[in-house]
Amino acid sequence: MHVPDGFFNAAVSVSAGVVAAAGVAVCLRGAKRELDDRTAPMAGLVAAFVFAVQMLNFPVAAGTSGHLLGGALAAILVGPYTGVLCIAVVLLVQGLFFADGGLTALGVNITLMGLVTVLVGWAVFRVVTKVARGKSAVAVAAFLAALLSVPASALAFTLLFWVGGTAPIDIAAVAGAMGGVHLLIGIGEGLITATTVGAVLAVRPDLVYGYRGMAPALIVNGQPVAPAAAQPVKGGAGPFLLAGLGVTAILASVVSYFASSSPDGLESVAEEKGFIGQAGDHSLGAWGLAEYGEANGVPLWIVGLVGVGITLLVAGAIGYAVRRKKSAVEA
Amino acid sequence: MGAGHRHQLYRPGTTPVHRLPAQCKLLAVFAFAIVVVATPREAFWAFGLYAVMLAATAAAARVPFSFVARRMVIEIPFVLFAVFIPIIGLGERVTVLGLSLSAEALWAAWNILAKATLGVIASILLAATTEPRMILLGAQRLRLPSLLVQIAMFMLRYMDVIMDEMRRMRVARESRGFEARNLRHIPVIARSAGALFIRSYERGERVHLAMLSRGYSGSMPIVHDMSASARQWLTAGALPLTALAVMGMSLL
Repeated sequence: MHVPDGFFNAAVSVSAGVVAAAGVAVCLRGAKRELDDRTAPMAGLVAAFVFAVQMLNFPVAAGTSGHLLGGALAAILVGPYTGVLCIAVVLLVQGLFFADGGLTALGVNITLMGLVTVLVGWAVFRVVTKVARGKSAVAVAAFLAALLSVPASALAFTLLFWVGGTAPIDIAAVAGAMGGVHLLIGIGEGLITATTVGAVLAVRPDLVYGYRGMAPALIVNGQPVAPAAAQPVKGGAGPFLLAGLGVTAILASVVSYFASSSPDGLESVAEEKGFIGQAGDHSLGAWGLAEYGEANGVPLWIVGLVGVGITLLVAGAIGYAVRRKKSAVEA
Repeated sequence: MGAGHRHQLYRPGTTPVHRLPAQCKLLAVFAFAIVVVATPREAFWAFGLYAVMLAATAAAARVPFSFVARRMVIEIPFVLFAVFIPIIGLGERVTVLGLSLSAEALWAAWNILAKATLGVIASILLAATTEPRMILLGAQRLRLPSLLVQIAMFMLRYMDVIMDEMRRMRVARESRGFEARNLRHIPVIARSAGALFIRSYERGERVHLAMLSRGYSGSMPIVHDMSASARQWLTAGALPLTALAVMGMSLL
């Protein structure tokens, strides 16, 4: 979804613009490291590829279809910095020439669909490929990365909408609808991303940025030969940890908002219904109350699950990676 | 919103709007969008005046109404969202046509619809009267990083090539009786995407080598005279300045 003009208030639009500009500036420097002087043509063609791929609609459920965001896919295929640049350029072109996405909302769009999807996707991908290596691990990592990047983007949208949206909507309802639908879309995105990466791996494994340094060494006469020039993916710790922290911060804020807000809504219902004593079972309580409105009950449940699940996964994965490092140092 | 991108975007012409330098028009549309977004939503008449101003611009540029209307299809998903807001919105309820709607959310829906529509029309007019290449060169004049502009230029130049490649693959799939109907068909689609990526990337490598052999050294030569006179700036500024005046009145 490309956010149009008038969706967010001026403060959010401007601050998202600043975030997007800073992110793109960092990525311009980073992409030069990833692609050196080939940046312009390579990133340009990959951007055209992302644009084309976004037109591949795939069926989500009966009647509805989604299309790729492509952030995780671009990050895994060409690297996170180039990935952000490609998505940002696609959004810029869509906004300027196709009137898709408002010009004043360009910052919001780049932040949500470029920065968040690539950060989350790449962080998840790095975590999984740290634990397991090889082509099938890359495919699994690509699936998880794309799967989680979509609802993360939707939750970030919800967070922005809560801070500076122009409509008075029950934020839990929005988050739930967004999170639920986008989890479904995420499954499609994950499947397509994993299969696409797998297809490229099968033909030109050297083109997959996320696979660099993982190719098995060539064995000649029983002697391993040093792999060719393709250097492994560098700078794991710093950017990756930052990305992980950013993701955790975003998700934590969303989740913590629900932690603080859901009792408010539920409390009133609980008092009304006279079961305040059983307040322990929040989500189920809301779920079962038809009079309270479906829009409130269903989402909280899904959102809580998605949010907490992602946070736990990221946190657990970070913990696992750190522990591995420690044990490696001790050994 | 994948569909609907394949329009003839640019309508060649020699009207004063067409002849204005791209950077002037770009800045004018940006400023106009900001003014529109900043206008309080209660000022119905202001939005009416904005629409009149856009209509006048379209008339000056000889862009027919039907052309703009066809391209506004892009907005439909958000129209649906805006319709949905009053139903799930919070706050005081009012009854309209037998539906209980949130009054505050009705305002919000109007706000989004009006501002998004005006923004979309302004963008459509910009794209209809300015060559895509010139828009990007104009953006570069406005200090957009040149690397970003170059990437966007390559994307624009090769977009049709890549899209045609994808279309050929689709024709090949469909002539063999394939049609994506459910999730089980994703592997086929995704393998096409993988092949498309390899082709795009390899084309990028060839393009880069071709550029190097023709003396590329990190920046593209610009042969157009992109300078704008004060008068052209003033002409382009007419739209946002009038809009600013209208907004000023609406705040009084």
